[in-house]
Amino acid sequence: MTFRLTLTVNGEPRAIELDDPRVTLLDLLRERLGLTGSKKGCDRGQCGACTVLVAGRRVNSCLALAVSLDGADILTIEGLARGDALHPVQSAFIEHDGFQCGFCTPGQIMSAVGLIREGQAGDDPERIREGMSGNLCRCGAYIGITQAVLDAQARMAGATQGDAA
Amino acid sequence: MNRFDYVRAGSVAEAVAAAAEPGAVYLAAGTNLLDLMKGSIARPGRLVDVTHLPGLDRIEHLPGGGVRIGALVRNSDLAYDPDFAKSHPAVAEALLSGASAQLRNAATVAGNLLQRTRCPYFYDPASACNKRDPGAGCDARGGETRLHAVLGWSEHCIATHPSDFCVPLVSLDAVVEVEGTSGAREVPLDALHRLPEDRPDRETVLEPGDLIVALRLPAEAAGFAGHSRYLKVRDRTSYAFAVVSASASLRLEGGRIGEARLALGGVALKPWRARAAEAALTGAEPTERSFARAAEAALAEARPSGDNAYKIELARRLIVRTLTLAADGTPERMPALPASAFSGDALHA
Repeated sequence: MTFRLTLTVNGEPRAIELDDPRVTLLDLLRERLGLTGSKKGCDRGQCGACTVLVAGRRVNSCLALAVSLDGADILTIEGLARGDALHPVQSAFIEHDGFQCGFCTPGQIMSAVGLIREGQAGDDPERIREGMSGNLCRCGAYIGITQAVLDAQARMAGATQGDAA
Repeated sequence: MNRFDYVRAGSVAEAVAAAAEPGAVYLAAGTNLLDLMKGSIARPGRLVDVTHLPGLDRIEHLPGGGVRIGALVRNSDLAYDPDFAKSHPAVAEALLSGASAQLRNAATVAGNLLQRTRCPYFYDPASACNKRDPGAGCDARGGETRLHAVLGWSEHCIATHPSDFCVPLVSLDAVVEVEGTSGAREVPLDALHRLPEDRPDRETVLEPGDLIVALRLPAEAAGFAGHSRYLKVRDRTSYAFAVVSASASLRLEGGRIGEARLALGGVALKPWRARAAEAALTGAEPTERSFARAAEAALAEARPSGDNAYKIELARRLIVRTLTLAADGTPERMPALPASAFSGDALHA
């Protein structure tokens, strides 16, 4: 049986045919759409390396069946920058050394983008650490990650105020 | 992961009919089910996807007070709903102390109620487990039992129910609305989960095809909003299941406790309502002495199921702490570390 679904991936409508309902969103992105930025760490929802935004909300793509997400709008790490212009969260991760080996980084960045959109953490480092607890970093770059999220959050809040003014 | 038929339900009636077949299970977000299927712990023959059903993702404030929460409302949407968080702060705090932000964004209300135990022997196909394979035995008995049950367990199963959300809910008399092959009915949350007895494979009172469509909290639940806390002791500050948790809600009248609600998590195979403790608190002064008496009453029947006697004393102390904080008053703002007994940057120094 073939399952037909439509997804918007990084702004682009994609008609997808699946021969097997077992394909997770992560495997669809990596193995069938060639978007290997989202990483397969634990594949069980524990590490956060596979984090993407679905309808603007961060989720673990390893624990979602692609067939169930018919019609959804997906944003992955590949869709974050505008050409060569990095997203403020990407720039902040570079400036604050928010990584070492880089494997968890796409998930960390997508999670941070989701966290900032949720608007619950503000400029409180404790709330940022709590809000990022679903993303593990085996290199232990947590101090830089927290700094990067704080900085990006401040820059994005400033940019929004600038736009309004 | 085993092969399965995938059915996308267009209506509740269609879903119930499709899921009443042997081997069929419902799929909502799948955050627990897919994990179990990847480990070959669950091997359903059919997945009935209910995520596209209309109308099950609403939070309705009912005319007589009370709240009706659709089964597909996501955990984070409920926790961050300003009206709900204000009227049911312990429920919001429990939700935010569970799992990670990514999981809370996906996981549904009904899925949270029906999540399976995280007993490591249940999760290990090489271990004997009466829950997975009735009559096979229980390798947790005599194994690593630090996190296992101290209340309501049997020789056949010593697992615990992992939900945080269910703990304040059961204390506040939440009711589950169910649609099944013989129509609609209601089940009090306290009666939804079964204790293991000699059939730990039968986890709830739901029958094949039964679909939870909503969860309801009665109007009285909001009467505790000013004095409600949920505290959770865990092995790390965030993103960990409870070793022991407690939800305490008080209605204070003229310096005394008019009414008390207390429930425990992490101690039994169901969210554990401590009715004897509630009775001990009614009419008492909100003092440490009253709280200690309530804690004694709550754990009177407790006994270790292995190397976990410490959980009994831990639960007593957590009850006193949670009642003390509830009596002090619900914080104005959700704590930075929800349900944590600790706070502040010193933790990370």
